[in-house]
Amino acid sequence: MAIARRGVLVFALCSATLSGSRPTAAQSPASGFGHPPTAEELRAIDIEVTPDGKGLAPGSSSASAGKSVYTRRCETCHGPTGKEGPQDVLVGGQGSLATSTPQKTVGSYWPYATTLWDYIRRAMPFEHPGTLTADEVYGATAYVLYMNGIVGENDVLDQTTLPNVKMPNRNGFTSDPRPDVPLKKK
Amino acid sequence: MMAMHNRSRRRFLGLGAAWSAVLVACRPKTVAPVAEPRALGAAVSSYGSRSPYEKTTRFFNQNTKVPLEEASSRTPLHDTYGIITPSSLHFERHHSGVPVIDPATHTLTIHGLVDRPLVFTVNELRRMPSVSRIYFLECSGNSGSEWRGGSTDSDVQRVHGLTSCSEWTGVPVAALLRECGIQASATWLLAEGADAGKHARSIPIKKAMDDALVAYAQNGEPIRPEQGYPLRLFLPGWEGNTNVKWLRRLKALDQPAMTREETSKYTDLMPDGTARQFTFDMEPKSIITRPSGGDTVAKGALHQITGIAWSGRGTIAKVEVTTDGGATWNTAELQSPVLPRAHTRFRWSWGWNGGETIIASRCTDETGYTQPRLAELIQVRGMNSQYHNNGIQAWKIAADGKITNGNRA
Repeated sequence: MAIARRGVLVFALCSATLSGSRPTAAQSPASGFGHPPTAEELRAIDIEVTPDGKGLAPGSSSASAGKSVYTRRCETCHGPTGKEGPQDVLVGGQGSLATSTPQKTVGSYWPYATTLWDYIRRAMPFEHPGTLTADEVYGATAYVLYMNGIVGENDVLDQTTLPNVKMPNRNGFTSDPRPDVPLKKK
Repeated sequence: MMAMHNRSRRRFLGLGAAWSAVLVACRPKTVAPVAEPRALGAAVSSYGSRSPYEKTTRFFNQNTKVPLEEASSRTPLHDTYGIITPSSLHFERHHSGVPVIDPATHTLTIHGLVDRPLVFTVNELRRMPSVSRIYFLECSGNSGSEWRGGSTDSDVQRVHGLTSCSEWTGVPVAALLRECGIQASATWLLAEGADAGKHARSIPIKKAMDDALVAYAQNGEPIRPEQGYPLRLFLPGWEGNTNVKWLRRLKALDQPAMTREETSKYTDLMPDGTARQFTFDMEPKSIITRPSGGDTVAKGALHQITGIAWSGRGTIAKVEVTTDGGATWNTAELQSPVLPRAHTRFRWSWGWNGGETIIASRCTDETGYTQPRLAELIQVRGMNSQYHNNGIQAWKIAADGKITNGNRA
């Protein structure tokens, strides 16, 4: 019965909002559903990194130190120089985006270096995601950026320096103008 | 796989020809007498399955370098009816495989710019006030092959099979965000899955507060694993990959996270080398699903042209069908109910007199937007944009009745 009553309470809350007596978020009474996460629960899943660098884990590495991470964990799928595949090509393609054979790589297309760090930590290596240490993620990130000529071989990437890496295609994106095709011909 | 596909297609054509012949000629047919059954049929069973005579399947290409855990499978649109896609035939697109998730241990955490971060169990979500809505779901890469010319022998399943339509049941995201005390500074919501690659997309808070759902059921049963069991985000009318499956977390942010999927993928490259970012809604689109590529139509017979139309911006207002390559357009019959952001079934009856021609459909939605020709889209967006092709699909009928992809004809 307690369970059913909680459901009714939430429903009443939704109805009140719809009917116009709109409580501000802070005043909304709790329905009893859900529990506050513990710090540990949050730490396990709170992984995203935003372009300003929020969410980057402590640690550091450089291309020279990260090369071995790339060789061991990335090269099989992305090739010795990041250009060979068989999976996504990571290197090259700068200047190709406006041609009939555009090559979207980290160097030619990705607007934020933080995205690379986030994605490697989140999803790579493809078959064993989440197994790299923070230093290894910084190292693989640095090496891919180095192969693209974006950072120097011994530049150290960490929570402070990574968000400041300027990606070549940083200003290459525009907002959605659709509908962009004439509405009516006749 | 393809053998089955062809077989089911032949079976359909056989039925179609028989139906047409009856309508046109009204000739009595000689039918072999069916033996009266002398044995009992099967007993009741605990979980149903389709007739052993029905073989249609999703299509996926096994001969690419892409791992199948990162691949897509396509709905057999030519072999489905009405507007609801059977859950077992709903298209798939995974970025790191289908996880096996125990609903007893899975949770949804809402945190970030909220007054009360909360963790909801699946059971709690199933007990909260819910809604059920019928919505299409389309991958933004659907029909993408056509930007660069496509293939004359491709069929409706391979070209357009990344769209499906289901009844989804779940809890409005707005109610959950209010429950957590969403703060005024929150402008984006990061949605993240519990799959191996932790698929993640940023969603404007406006959409989240409008019609977004945390869905746990599809077509009356818990969502299938391929569709996000036990929880998925559902954003009506928006490109497929924003509808994050195996949803484990919603975090309120004051900026988009700029995840890999919303920067390096699912952005539309324009001829000048710039790319459009955050092209969320799927524009109005229609396709003739029968007859379509791979079919052969009979001369002198009456054919029911049928297909589906949908708009990520609302309700379909009109579907027109041409059978003369666009010289004239006929208003098709729409099957009710016509629902916002759902597949809409249309039909048009047509007698083919022989001779080469092109058939196609185009739709107009409640906003007044009319589905453009592919050439018009290419004129504005070039041939590199990869995603969001909602252009008219032309099917070319040859003098012998064989139908091929007519987009470049």
